Amino acid sequence: MAGKTINIKVKVWRQGGKYPKGQFETYDLKDVGTDMSFLEMFDVLNEQLVSKKEMPVAFEHDCREGICGTCSMVIDGQPHGPMKGTTTCQLHMRSFKDGATITVEPFRAKSFPVIRDLVVDRSSFDAIIQAGGYISVNTGQAQDANAIPIEKDTSEKAFDAATCIGCGACVAACPNSAAMLFTSAKVSHLATMPQGKVESQKRVQAMVNQMDKEGFGMCSNIKACEAECPKEISTDNIALMNREYLASVLGSDKEG
Amino acid sequence: MSDKLKSNVPEGDLAEKWMNYRGTMPLVAPGNKRNIEIIVVGTGLAGASAASTLGELGYKVKCFTFHDSPRRAHSVAAQGGINAAKNYQNDGDSVYRLFYDTIKGGDYRSREANVHRLAEVSRDIIDQCAAQGVPFGREYGGLLANRSFGGVQVSRTFYSRGQTGQQLLIGAYSSLSRQIARGSVTMYNRHEMLDLVKVDGKARGIITRNLLTGKIDRHAAHCVVLATGGYGNVFYLSTNAMNSNVSAGWRAHKKGAFFANPCYTQIHPTCIPVSGEYQSKLTLMSESLRNDGRVWVPKKKEDCKKDPLSIAEEDRDYYLERIYPAFGNLVPRDVASRAAKYVTDDGRGVGATGLAVYLDFASAIERYGKSEANMKGISNPTKAQIVELGEAIVKEKYGNLFHMYEKITDENPYKTPMKIFPAVHYTMGGIWVDYNLQTTIPGCFALGEANFSDHGANRLGASALMQGLADGYFVIPYTIGTFLSKEIRTPIYSAEHTDLEKLKKENTDEEGNIKEFITPNAPEFIEAENAVKERIKTFLNVNGSQSIESFHRRLGRIMWDYCGMSRNAEGLAKARKMIQELRAEYHKDVFVPGSNEEYNPELEKALRVADFMELGELMVCDALNRNESCGGHFREEYQEGGGEALRNDEEYMYAAAWEFTQDNSDWNLHKEQLEYKDIEVKTRSYK
Ligand SMILES: Cc1cc2nc3c(=O)[nH]c(=O)nc-3n(C[C@H](O)[C@H](O)[C@H](O)COP(=O)(O)OP(=O)(O)OC[C@H]3O[C@@H](n4cnc5c(N)ncnc54)[C@H](O)[C@@H]3O)c2cc1C
Ligand code: SF4
Ligand code: FES
Repeated sequence: MAGKTINIKVKVWRQGGKYPKGQFETYDLKDVGTDMSFLEMFDVLNEQLVSKKEMPVAFEHDCREGICGTCSMVIDGQPHGPMKGTTTCQLHMRSFKDGATITVEPFRAKSFPVIRDLVVDRSSFDAIIQAGGYISVNTGQAQDANAIPIEKDTSEKAFDAATCIGCGACVAACPNSAAMLFTSAKVSHLATMPQGKVESQKRVQAMVNQMDKEGFGMCSNIKACEAECPKEISTDNIALMNREYLASVLGSDKEG
Repeated sequence: MSDKLKSNVPEGDLAEKWMNYRGTMPLVAPGNKRNIEIIVVGTGLAGASAASTLGELGYKVKCFTFHDSPRRAHSVAAQGGINAAKNYQNDGDSVYRLFYDTIKGGDYRSREANVHRLAEVSRDIIDQCAAQGVPFGREYGGLLANRSFGGVQVSRTFYSRGQTGQQLLIGAYSSLSRQIARGSVTMYNRHEMLDLVKVDGKARGIITRNLLTGKIDRHAAHCVVLATGGYGNVFYLSTNAMNSNVSAGWRAHKKGAFFANPCYTQIHPTCIPVSGEYQSKLTLMSESLRNDGRVWVPKKKEDCKKDPLSIAEEDRDYYLERIYPAFGNLVPRDVASRAAKYVTDDGRGVGATGLAVYLDFASAIERYGKSEANMKGISNPTKAQIVELGEAIVKEKYGNLFHMYEKITDENPYKTPMKIFPAVHYTMGGIWVDYNLQTTIPGCFALGEANFSDHGANRLGASALMQGLADGYFVIPYTIGTFLSKEIRTPIYSAEHTDLEKLKKENTDEEGNIKEFITPNAPEFIEAENAVKERIKTFLNVNGSQSIESFHRRLGRIMWDYCGMSRNAEGLAKARKMIQELRAEYHKDVFVPGSNEEYNPELEKALRVADFMELGELMVCDALNRNESCGGHFREEYQEGGGEALRNDEEYMYAAAWEFTQDNSDWNLHKEQLEYKDIEVKTRSYK
């Protein structure tokens, strides 16, 4: 680890408190270690602000390991920044050049209203899951876990979809603010597992309807979601969801 | 045994206690459940599983989390796996063996009956999670796969690549979501519990702050379940999520819940070493890596700064394999961490700071590569072919961990050994609970990492997820009935603005006696609410010159230096004084920006750090009281040959449960004597 440092400017969206309408503020940061993570850089910035008795920049984070889905920043126009398959908290300053001005904004979407600065409200995602993102099994009703063998490949496929962290970058990346990638990841995780197949058509209808109700946009196949998804969730899941949805509308599950 | 501590362990044979108890304990009839309200704080594995199951059973549940969604709870970050005595591998596992391993791993400081129950229900957990659609790792035949974790000689750990916590939490979260949709659970996201409310000695509710608006609310219920996680962040630097904190438990403690074994801290041997002053979080590299990684340092000090690849095999000290041939790299965490400390203390640490050891996958890559080549029928494979095939297997097993390591350190662990070092990871101590998971406050329960009962002085890998889900899915739904069955006649009026006098009248019998009823308008609630508001105001008014973060960092440093991997009486006494001084300084000179009536993470932090400052002192007292070494608690004065922990079973085979007294720096100690009837107490040896 080299211990290099860079000087940067951070142009940050501030909203709330002193900034009722919302605007950019630019801050200078000197001698930023390149081994620092992007959020550690924000910690340093906030320490500076607090030392001047100013309100620090509000941003959300928790695990800082790329798994909880809490962090959410648009960095130089890209949700979660320039590194592919990487959340904001896993991004490091070595991805930036000395002298750079880095622009940081919240995830923007009608269904993700800004709370303060870089913090948005993503409870619309919970509502989609509540509409049907589960298998209806009560505690204690399960049979032995090995009673249903599942092909390794099938299980891995379900797992890949299930790794979605619910961050919302897909929505922020989409010009239509669609939540198709997020919703389809859950639909496809559960529809792929034999345990989840039984109610899969009811599920897909309920979830898609909820997605519309929450005000997310339509999908027009741009695939920006896949490109920005930190977990590299595939748009194949969207195709699968569309098939499931169509089948459910046509009522093919009611046959025989 | 202190007469304030009743463990309420049922009579009978260890192996049958739980089954018999479950079959005979008082229940609440379905019709009555609808009239009973339960508050669950926390949506990690313990909280989400408890809230959803209690909702399924028909109780009215209110569930709280400070996160923006239940799915973000710290449990999501667990990597390696979850144990269960399924014996699917037919390698000699059994309920008894899991029980035995856990007791021994905990260095004979946990409660026998609780641990046995944990081992029993472990099997149901896997069934439940599979039914929820958790995509566990599988073999080609379609059956569930297992790996090994430290401190055991069987393969009983179920996993979903390196994201087991995430997958289990999503399972519990989806069950919880289903109950939210059904209306049996009301979810309060972004609400932080700031106090517990007791009425007539029973826990009857909580005071919360809405983190978006600052509004302080009173919530009443028949009982309160705390599933609020561990307190490792008292050390500032730990592998815990940034927002994990002790406040819910600490507030309950100050209202009368005893806090047990606070000094039992788990320092995890395989974390990415600290790289700079600005750091606020450490990253775990899952213990599962020790299945295949070999830990070593150079034999010679002068080799420590060299490129590890240039150090010849005979100049490497694979010290775990050398000292502990029976368990090798898979010794328990406390043992592995201490060993790393000894070799770095000896000046043989590596990396820029000298505070790191190597975790090397070269042998595993070669071994897997050869066997793959064999399977693929490649005769005389080249070295490059072997490496390529081997790397592919290692990638399949640990890909996401390697990826994470590379992102953080900018080094490729397939090509050069990882550098790792111990870091604070888990807290075995917590709120004291009886067999029913009830605290010393009637009607207040504690589950998951927040309680103290199952892991003794050291937790084995992959058993926290097991415990959280055991408590939430399979224990509390039953044991809560022991309290609630006596509450079915207590009406609740949960609206915040009911007229107290009117309610009193309604609940007065012919003889003029007022019947017990629950309302958030009771004076105890109002008093607690006012106290919370006052506390917030005090912090906002200090207007000092130092940041909350800087105080937290200083506290962490004291804890790590004097109450970390090894402790001694002199250092602990010093630490206690330092903490008291730091706390006084905090209340005089901290700066909390903004106001209460807004989204203000700094204010949240200010309240949490204040509680850590009090907890820190209790941890030091506990460590000072325990004149022995056991598990994660290593007192330098008590060791034998080669730095092994020296227990003192004569005097310290007890759980230390501390009672808060009104003086912030003074606690009463209550001892729960531990008895081992079904297991022979031995010196722990992994050699
Ligand atoms: C990096 C890492 C990896 C791990 N890997 C493993 C592993 O492989 N296997 C294993 O068995 N264990 C592992 N562990 C340990 C394990 O993850 C935890 O012990 C366990 O998940 C704790 O679960 P919990 O439900 O008790 O608490 P948590 O998951 O910490 O949940 C606490 C909940 O309480 C809420 N809360 C807390 N205080 C308040 C308050 N005042 N008001 C409102 N809400 C509150 C939080 O919002 C959260 O929802 C790991 C731990 C770490 C740090
Ligand atoms: S699909 Fe990807 S971008 Fe969208 S919420 Fe899930 S992890 Fe985030
Ligand atoms: S902070 Fe958890 S994913 Fe970034």
